[in-house]
Amino acid sequence: MSPIGTWDGGARSATALEPRVEYVLGLGDDALVLAQRLGEWIASGPQIEEDMALANIGLDLLGQARSLLSYAGELEGAGRDEDALAYLRDERDFRNLQIAERPNGDFAVTMARQLAFSAYQFELYTRLQASADALLAGVAAKAVKEVAYHRDHATQWVLRLGDGTEQSHQRMQAGLDEIWPYVDEMFDADPVVAQLATDVAVDPVGLREPWAAYVDRVLAEATLDVPEPAFHGRGGRRGLHTEALGYLLAEMQHLHRVHPGATW
Amino acid sequence: MDGTEPDPREVEFQALVDADGRIEPRDWMPDAYRRSLVRQIAQHAHSEIIGMQPEGNWITRAPSLRRKAILMAKVQDEAGHGLYLYAAAETLGVSRDELLDLLHAGKQKYSSIFNYPTLTWADMGAIGWLVDGAAITNQVPLCRCSYGPYARAMVRICKEESFHQRQGFESLLTLSRGTVEQKAMAQDAVDRWWYPSLAMFGPPDSESTHTGTSMAWGIKRFSNDELRQKFVDMTVPQSEVLGLRIPDPDLRWNEERGHYDFTAPDWEELRRVISGDGPCNRQRIEHRVSVHERGSWVSDAAAAYAAKHADGEVAA
Amino acid sequence: MTAEPLWEVFVRSRRGLSHIHAGSLHAPDAAMALRNARDVYTRRQEGVSIWVVPSSSITASSPDEKDAFFDPAGDKVYRHPTFYDIPDEVRHL
Repeated sequence: MSPIGTWDGGARSATALEPRVEYVLGLGDDALVLAQRLGEWIASGPQIEEDMALANIGLDLLGQARSLLSYAGELEGAGRDEDALAYLRDERDFRNLQIAERPNGDFAVTMARQLAFSAYQFELYTRLQASADALLAGVAAKAVKEVAYHRDHATQWVLRLGDGTEQSHQRMQAGLDEIWPYVDEMFDADPVVAQLATDVAVDPVGLREPWAAYVDRVLAEATLDVPEPAFHGRGGRRGLHTEALGYLLAEMQHLHRVHPGATW
Repeated sequence: MDGTEPDPREVEFQALVDADGRIEPRDWMPDAYRRSLVRQIAQHAHSEIIGMQPEGNWITRAPSLRRKAILMAKVQDEAGHGLYLYAAAETLGVSRDELLDLLHAGKQKYSSIFNYPTLTWADMGAIGWLVDGAAITNQVPLCRCSYGPYARAMVRICKEESFHQRQGFESLLTLSRGTVEQKAMAQDAVDRWWYPSLAMFGPPDSESTHTGTSMAWGIKRFSNDELRQKFVDMTVPQSEVLGLRIPDPDLRWNEERGHYDFTAPDWEELRRVISGDGPCNRQRIEHRVSVHERGSWVSDAAAAYAAKHADGEVAA
Repeated sequence: MTAEPLWEVFVRSRRGLSHIHAGSLHAPDAAMALRNARDVYTRRQEGVSIWVVPSSSITASSPDEKDAFFDPAGDKVYRHPTFYDIPDEVRHL
């Protein structure tokens, strides 16, 4: 928590729920928000093959989101299903990492985001497979294969853009510079995790080393520099987001909210 | 050769077609057959790709997560269909890049249906039910078309497309049985997509210039009007289950003919839309061209990387 | 805009079968061709073996091509006809 006197020190966190619910919602929101971003690429990819690949990745993430949000709703026991959670929460109650909501930018920005985030999810789900929570373990077991593919896809492109033409190299470096301020948050200590049994949740702090081992090697091979950002965005798990999330949710939620109670 | 004797290769070709056999890429074929096929397959491929735009439009706004997933999968399928079809066209000796250039320059077309706007969520259901329904009616006969690669691509496509039509129907059914606003939304979508769907089958037989040769070559198996009638006959009973009205006051069952009588689409509108004067023609092409140009640096990078690593290992 | 080479794709959908020609695609190199083939021709079904070969490497006589059917990925439940609740009286769907 930020101390009193800071801009967010007195700001409330996302509506307090049971720790396990908050934990699952965080992982679910990560997947949902990023799936939404990838949905924006469809019919606009640099090649038709990329429309397919990004749609595939988006669908995988959406599937993860649906499983996790449904589970969070069950755990909460207040009658909220996946759609109630996705469409009826406001910005300050979303618990995704800020990196997931960052705008797509050009293909290089998107690949930078995909590399950083998929590599994080890979480390996370690899360990979450051992969770004492059977549902989380099951979601993780399926997801780890999916995100291995996502990480590989991003890697192939970061290599080609970094070590391609001069123009692609510049754009790829710029893409990394755009995304890297949101990397640290992925590995911040999470007070919610601290409240859960160690065999249920995965401590994000421990993920940084294996993540960096993989990502640094890819960037080196791609002849790219690891950015050293001047600022670090954080607060997503507390419901403090970047301005981008408001627009994303407005687009995503509008139709559902205009017809309260309707079935689709 | 004195010009009165038929070319034996052409005789053999026609005999194979008449026997419902398949022409494969390395077989001899009349130039006109090859050209006609390239055009038809390419325009079919372009239709799939352009069609991703009006539907992709609603992915970020889908009103439930399940519908979002279904729509993403559908549009992804369309990308795949485009790829299968470009691959089939390429067996005839053209490259995908050439075909895309022709599309961007307006020299090859795509189905006129995609020049209409998707104004509401219900349009997704209407497109699945009516547009995919019309496409299936058109496409099933193509699974037996004389050109092997095209026929095989069509088999794969038809299998996937049947789910699309089902999805659309189910979506409209849910809307029709939903709130007053949802039902009105569904009816409005049907009102706008019915006639354009009828127009998908092309001009009336009396105006259709190429049908004769296409049929002789086993590329086209039924006439435009036959397919259009078949579509109407199948679709009207479905509309009754949906509880949605088809916007045709003269639609009625004709006991004598054993078919529905219906109002034809406005042929003048079809002509205008085909020639570029539809609500979304410019937007669809501009989007395609802009996406293509904005993506060219990515392909250039991939080619440069491949050249640098030509002797390197493949990470499988 | 650089033209990408054409690759032929062969897929073996199950052990015990042989690789069957599935179609072709464009990719800048073999690694991307494999990944694209996985997306386009198998929808990433597991247990599938894929070969990609540059089209220019193929030497053909007069090919005896066979039909190739590919099932969409088994885990995509919305591709199963039973997933949709269609009233019994609806025909042609």
